[in-house]
Amino acid sequence: MNDDLRQMLQGEREPKRRTVNPRLRTVPRVQGGLSLDGGPRLELDVLAHRPAATSQARPGGASGPHIALAQPTAGPPEKEPAGSPVAAEVHAPNGPQLRTIGLTKSYRKASIEIPVLRGVDVEAEAGEFLAVIGQSGSGKSTLLHLLCTLDAPDGGEIHFEGRRIDRLPAAERDRLRNRRFGMIFQFYHLLPEMSTLENVLSPLMIRHGVWNYFRYRRAMRERAGELLDMVGLGHRLKHKPRELSGGEMQRAAIARALISQPDLLLADEPTGNLDHATGMEILDLLRTLNDQQGLTIVMVTHDPAIARLAHRTIRLVDGRIQQ
Amino acid sequence: MYKLLLSWRYLRTRYIALASIISVMLGVATMIVVNSVMAGFTREMQNRIHGILSDLVLTARSLEGVPDAEWHMEQLRTVAGEAIDDMTPTVIVPAMLSFQYDNNWITRQVQLIGIDEATQGKVSDFCMYLQHPENRGQVSFDLREDGYDTGGLTDSLGTPQRPQMEDAGWQHRRRMANMRRFERRMSGQPGDLPDYEEPLDAPGPLPAPLAQPGMDQISHDPESRFFRPAEPEQDGDLNPTPRPAPADPFAEQRGLEPEQERFDPAVRQHTGAVLGIALAAVRLPTGGDGLLLLPGDDVKLTFPTAGTPPQAISDTFTLVDFYESKMSEYDSGFVFIPIRKLQELRGMIDPSSGVGYISAIQIKLKPGFDGEEVRDRLRAAFDPHLYSVETWRDRQGPLLAAVAMETAILNILLFLIIAVAGFGILAIFLMIVIEKTRDIGILKSLGASGAGVMGIFLTYGLSLGVVGSGVGTVLGLLFVKHINEIADLLGRITGRPVFDPSVYYFYRIPATVDPWTVTWIVGGALAIAVLASVLPAMRAAMLHPVEALRYE
Repeated sequence: MNDDLRQMLQGEREPKRRTVNPRLRTVPRVQGGLSLDGGPRLELDVLAHRPAATSQARPGGASGPHIALAQPTAGPPEKEPAGSPVAAEVHAPNGPQLRTIGLTKSYRKASIEIPVLRGVDVEAEAGEFLAVIGQSGSGKSTLLHLLCTLDAPDGGEIHFEGRRIDRLPAAERDRLRNRRFGMIFQFYHLLPEMSTLENVLSPLMIRHGVWNYFRYRRAMRERAGELLDMVGLGHRLKHKPRELSGGEMQRAAIARALISQPDLLLADEPTGNLDHATGMEILDLLRTLNDQQGLTIVMVTHDPAIARLAHRTIRLVDGRIQQ
Repeated sequence: MYKLLLSWRYLRTRYIALASIISVMLGVATMIVVNSVMAGFTREMQNRIHGILSDLVLTARSLEGVPDAEWHMEQLRTVAGEAIDDMTPTVIVPAMLSFQYDNNWITRQVQLIGIDEATQGKVSDFCMYLQHPENRGQVSFDLREDGYDTGGLTDSLGTPQRPQMEDAGWQHRRRMANMRRFERRMSGQPGDLPDYEEPLDAPGPLPAPLAQPGMDQISHDPESRFFRPAEPEQDGDLNPTPRPAPADPFAEQRGLEPEQERFDPAVRQHTGAVLGIALAAVRLPTGGDGLLLLPGDDVKLTFPTAGTPPQAISDTFTLVDFYESKMSEYDSGFVFIPIRKLQELRGMIDPSSGVGYISAIQIKLKPGFDGEEVRDRLRAAFDPHLYSVETWRDRQGPLLAAVAMETAILNILLFLIIAVAGFGILAIFLMIVIEKTRDIGILKSLGASGAGVMGIFLTYGLSLGVVGSGVGTVLGLLFVKHINEIADLLGRITGRPVFDPSVYYFYRIPATVDPWTVTWIVGGALAIAVLASVLPAMRAAMLHPVEALRYE
């Protein structure tokens, strides 16, 4: 892939520099098998840049993804001015990538207020694979929706890369979901009218207008094809979701979540509708992503067996974190 | 981008939306057809009316008319000379037309118009509506030998065949004269008349009196004088040469014949007259026209003199041509004769100076001049108590206004059809939004904005409108193009003609497609389709993503 294309696909971002909690390195890495993004670039990102990112102070002129976020209304991605002192200040290089402080949320049903979350504090380091485990009705899905800004909390704060995101304007939140977060759902949530390939491309279609889409269409399709190859769906590009099996649909959903090269992957019971073996395959895939690309993953599940595969597990009981 | 893709996919996969496409399509097609037909009617009618009437007419209010056409024309030129292309003087007078067909005298009320054959063709399309090709270039009141059109008026609409017109002209006149002579001999009429000479009244008693004794009695009855309403005047000195005719050859006037100059109808004609064709035509059940008269036959005209009180006078004319504008009002009401003859007969010529009286001057304007502006100038210049000045639109104002109003009302009603289609779109879209709730949640979770989701449905509505009105336009235009074939087919299926020419006086349905009208219709349909999708689209945009995702 040439540089233009890469830049386009990444939006405004420069090559990723991830801050990884050193203790995570002890987790054994899945070797071989999946090649991510079809090239050594990400490998390089993860391995070569990680020490630099953790040990060095961020160079003043460098525009990282975090900084870009601080300027919601700046012009087209490619022309975004480099760096912003304010943003650099806000960002604490060694803090957790995602942090919630005292999140509360309740639903109203016929004038009775049902509290779902009663003050949740969660932290996720960059590159961490965090599992949130809880019974159904414990509020774990609600937590996930709050984290990805689909819903607004009644109280508390959510910080992403040092910046509060729960009070952002709608356009900014849409942008965040489109570019920085990837999401996987229990029911896959693929669009039935679109083919597998188009489903994977849909975040890019949302991001780009008609003109840009057709301008970069070939490159985008190539990239989507590579991602589908990676998740093992290279032969199913033209199939509609209803022609796929559950596992295949979830793989397609993962490919869709990855097309924007997100910083954070939020998974809502990704194996909930799959048999054990398929579920394990999906989890392997997620772990590989976490391992090789340093992708931060927050997964909610009710199954302790699945949660065990994550680096860290927190338990959500009655809207509170149980240590 | 996803808006286009999704609305395209929805368009292809939601067959329920086909219903609204069809209703938009039908609405658009109907509006195009109705507008085209109404525009065609209006255009045909305006062409006809304008073709018959000149741009402007200066009319004297008195039946006697006003003297001196030349003086009036000069006055007109001084007032609006730069706008006037041509003028012609006219005498208009109410009259009765009588002619005989198969022993029956048929009398009709007409407008008798004296025209100047040299200039009449220059101010209006009068000549174009005549049946002899040579008369169309320059009207002549001399009977032609033959060569009259058998197909009626030569315009795009087509008319039924009139094969009998092939015999019209001198050949018909000679044949009729010979036949009468022969019949007279056979019925034992006096044989002392020379073969080549007949009294003027010969056309009257065509069949043998024995065949129609009743007719005979009526003719002898002194109280049945309305058959020959102007008999006394006919003998007057107004009409010295061609002796006017008592319809009855057995009357005592027979005795006058030797003293009179003999008139042989086989070689001579009376003053020419052009009749509106509807005066002599009857529609046959077979679809063609039956003609009661042919060019070459004689007719009688009775009209008032110019004096006070007016006297009725009568004279015989030879029909030289038919006038067919397809405006039944004119075709069944106008008879044209030379203006000089009419002035003579009515006593409208000043004996001392020889200046003729006229009752109207028809004016043709140069192209580019506004008839109403010139009319107002002329109205200011001529005493409104004596003259009226009217444009052709003024003279047919109520008719044109009625058609315009019909068109407007039809348009409103038909646009309501499209509005109904709009409500169909609204209902169907609300259903689709509910069906697609989960997808809307997915799109929002992927970062689509509310406006973007709204855009999907607006684009969808627009594309429904585009497809519906596109197909509707094509259908409508095809329908208009083949409207007569379709009308014929429907007539054959139902056994009743859909478009009865005897009602409309057009033989075919005229239709004109106005690109602007089509543009307006399509634009309106698109606007309605988009407006109808606004509400569902807003509903979709305001869906809460979490609720939408939970929706199963």
